[in-house]
Amino acid sequence: MKLDAKIPPGPLAQKWEKHKFDMKLVNPANKRKFDVIVVGSGLAGASAAATMAELGYKVKCFCFQDSPRRAHSIAAQGGINAAKNYQNDGDSVYRLFYDTIKGGDFRAREANVYRLAQVSVNIIDQCVAQGVPFAREYGGLLTNRSFGGAQVSRTFYARGQTGQQLLLGAYQALSRQIGNGNVKMYPRTEMLDVVVIDGHAKGIIVRDLVTGEISAHAGDAVVLATGGYGNVFYLSTNAKGCNVTATWRAYKKGAAFANPCYTQIHPTCIPVSGEHQSKLTLMSESLRNDGRVWVPKKKGDTRPPDQIPEEERDYFLERKYPSFGNLAPRDISSRAAKEVCDEGRGVGPGGLGVYLDFKEAIKRLGLETVKERYANLFDMYEKITGENAYETPMRIYPAVHYTMGGTWVDYNLMSSVPGLFVLGEANFSDHGANRLGASALMQGLADGYFILPYTIGNYFASEKQPKSDVNHPEFKLALDNVKALTKRLLSINGKRTVSSFHRELGKIMWEKCGMARTAASLKEALTRIPELRAEFWKNVKVTGENASLNQELEAAGRVADFLEFAELLCLDALTREESCGGHFRVEHQFPDGEAKRDDEHFAFVSAWEYQGPSKPPLLHKEPLVYEEVHMSTRSYK
Amino acid sequence: MNFTLRVWRQKDANDTGAMVEYAAKDIIADMSFLEMLDVVNEGLIAKGEEPIAFDSDCREGICGTCSLVINGIAHGGQRGTTACQLHMRHFEDGQTITIEPWRARAFPVLKDLVTDRGAFDRIVQAGGFISVNTGGTPDANAIPVGKVESDKAMDAAACIGCGACVAACKNASAMLFVAAKVSHLNLLPQGKVEKDKRVTSMVTQMDAEGFGNCTVTGSCEAVCPKEISLNFIARMNRDYGVALLKAST
Repeated sequence: MKLDAKIPPGPLAQKWEKHKFDMKLVNPANKRKFDVIVVGSGLAGASAAATMAELGYKVKCFCFQDSPRRAHSIAAQGGINAAKNYQNDGDSVYRLFYDTIKGGDFRAREANVYRLAQVSVNIIDQCVAQGVPFAREYGGLLTNRSFGGAQVSRTFYARGQTGQQLLLGAYQALSRQIGNGNVKMYPRTEMLDVVVIDGHAKGIIVRDLVTGEISAHAGDAVVLATGGYGNVFYLSTNAKGCNVTATWRAYKKGAAFANPCYTQIHPTCIPVSGEHQSKLTLMSESLRNDGRVWVPKKKGDTRPPDQIPEEERDYFLERKYPSFGNLAPRDISSRAAKEVCDEGRGVGPGGLGVYLDFKEAIKRLGLETVKERYANLFDMYEKITGENAYETPMRIYPAVHYTMGGTWVDYNLMSSVPGLFVLGEANFSDHGANRLGASALMQGLADGYFILPYTIGNYFASEKQPKSDVNHPEFKLALDNVKALTKRLLSINGKRTVSSFHRELGKIMWEKCGMARTAASLKEALTRIPELRAEFWKNVKVTGENASLNQELEAAGRVADFLEFAELLCLDALTREESCGGHFRVEHQFPDGEAKRDDEHFAFVSAWEYQGPSKPPLLHKEPLVYEEVHMSTRSYK
Repeated sequence: MNFTLRVWRQKDANDTGAMVEYAAKDIIADMSFLEMLDVVNEGLIAKGEEPIAFDSDCREGICGTCSLVINGIAHGGQRGTTACQLHMRHFEDGQTITIEPWRARAFPVLKDLVTDRGAFDRIVQAGGFISVNTGGTPDANAIPVGKVESDKAMDAAACIGCGACVAACKNASAMLFVAAKVSHLNLLPQGKVEKDKRVTSMVTQMDAEGFGNCTVTGSCEAVCPKEISLNFIARMNRDYGVALLKAST
């Protein structure tokens, strides 16, 4: 496998414009001859499916949820970045680009990130035209707020439901195309394999989650927009259904997997309350605009927060990072919270929590303003914890939230398998080792609305591939393999439930490969994961049958993939002997505890190639070359 | 805490289905309702029985997937709360809890507590959008939108499409869902252009799907997890009337 990022030549600011001109086009009348398969209907998938259908391609869109409107993009709360500079506070495309590159700890591709910043402005225009009700000023113009890692206000938002509103915009555009027959939608359908013929992606194998029917679909290109792999940790802010299956099975068909160890731990989540917990809930980063993070200065201080006087509190983010304060980026804030908890100064049950306090904001702005900004988040907090955060500070703790790693793609968003494109969180492209707040929505929509629709045409026009056909032996083979796997899962009939395996895997991952990783902990994980996987295949109990709605069977397939994928994640973490962004190796830190990056040896993307079930994966290194920016030490002090 | 559950079990769409009793033991007050069901299901699997099938995904009250009628009330009766955000601390120890799927002709049961809400998608496909293609849109600030109007549109747009309004309505009417989408788009200047066509197409599709008529009892608003106001139904009726009048002149 030879990886070529296909970054266009020329000055950074003109690369995308020039590339758009250089790419070949498909004649409008010929577009309808191309079948495009889109897997996933979140921001990236829905926007891509809708836009390609508008252009004239014939699109099939698949999602495992009961409706495309339910993809987990819907849960994004805080906002979406764009370099509009509506606030006249010094923002620009270049500044958004620079903040994102720096936020990603200089581990993202310069050209991709610059393009992202460029198209960010189009996204807002598009969404407003679709009827997304972004927050506005009384004068009728759009308003903004600031987010972590930025010193300008460039985040557009729709109350605390920005992801929901953006997804509904894309869903509505998609629905319009379904209604007029340009997109065929397959809800409650899960992709279980990619079919590759003569080195090109030609279709997929899916299971109908209601009838259990396993079938093949042919297409001239396959687009995966299937989200991230945060649920490998079991507990995360992801939805229950989020999984790595699509990108993992594509990996086994030759699509290299990049930087799996870059996982984002979000600093502001509601702490775990017990063993029964099925998922974690995020409290939007936007809360850090007005909330102040603190813990008691004294170890083991169990006094209620209102009885701890001001001088005995440690506002540790403001103390350590005075210029960004409570809005320090996510990786840095999370690690700082872990540090104070490790010192024994954490609050709440088990000492795994820090306060996020709004008392001063309420005094400064008034209760009404705080309510207007964050009421839905305070309500959600109360529902889960039973506590009123207007009166007592919230308790928060970091939790797995987003995964920067994903399928390796080139500048055209095409994986190492020609004809297989990967968008949104599922790819690795734009966030480097750490994603800034409000940038996931931006990337998902950039990929789907404004990038893939151009680059996919170039693929069709330049590759001239034969038409794909489900009667090809490769389809039959893939179909048989999926059927055999399903049968095997159902026939084990062991003693342990699927979720008990998932929980155990999650615990290994969180403890050995979570916020702080060491060579020893990673090696331990690399021994325990294969053992757990072996036990899974001997002792898992999957009830029911294939030919009906069977949620246990669905979960079993996903957990089986997590049990393989987890090993690659730990291996990647072990080989990356530096600390950068969300990847913190205890061995590599400065005396003050800040991450120690090693640009000399690790300024590359790790892309892993599958070599077969019994062989270790092969590491390819894509060097990261910075033409425009200087790789500086990332400081928010 | 311990509970007695009476749960609707139905093998598939063709099965008649029946209530089955289960014991939910050692439940912790901090568990969500769905986590309580997870615990019961783990017990069933251990015994080799098929777990209770129910829909859920985000488990933070925004995706609209979960859909349980709990003790006769869609989402369980805690105001502005989906079943996934309902916590066991709101129940009494020893209580009997009845759990059923959404019941409406337009939402057929697929298995146990899982229903098919595809009818909602088809209503949106009929006109619940603004007909703009990607690209070529004006600058986002080119058309000012008053904050009051914009906030009202957002109130309507907050609908999560869960279908509780239909489940609660004695006529299984989808008026609140449809009104929320119609109002969200019709209130905004960008959506006004297609206002008449939108409301007529969506209402026609709603009727074709077999939803009942609205008799304004307000049960939909009472169970709506996003507390979408009944006023939007009045607004939609007005839009619909105007569209009919315009069509007849």
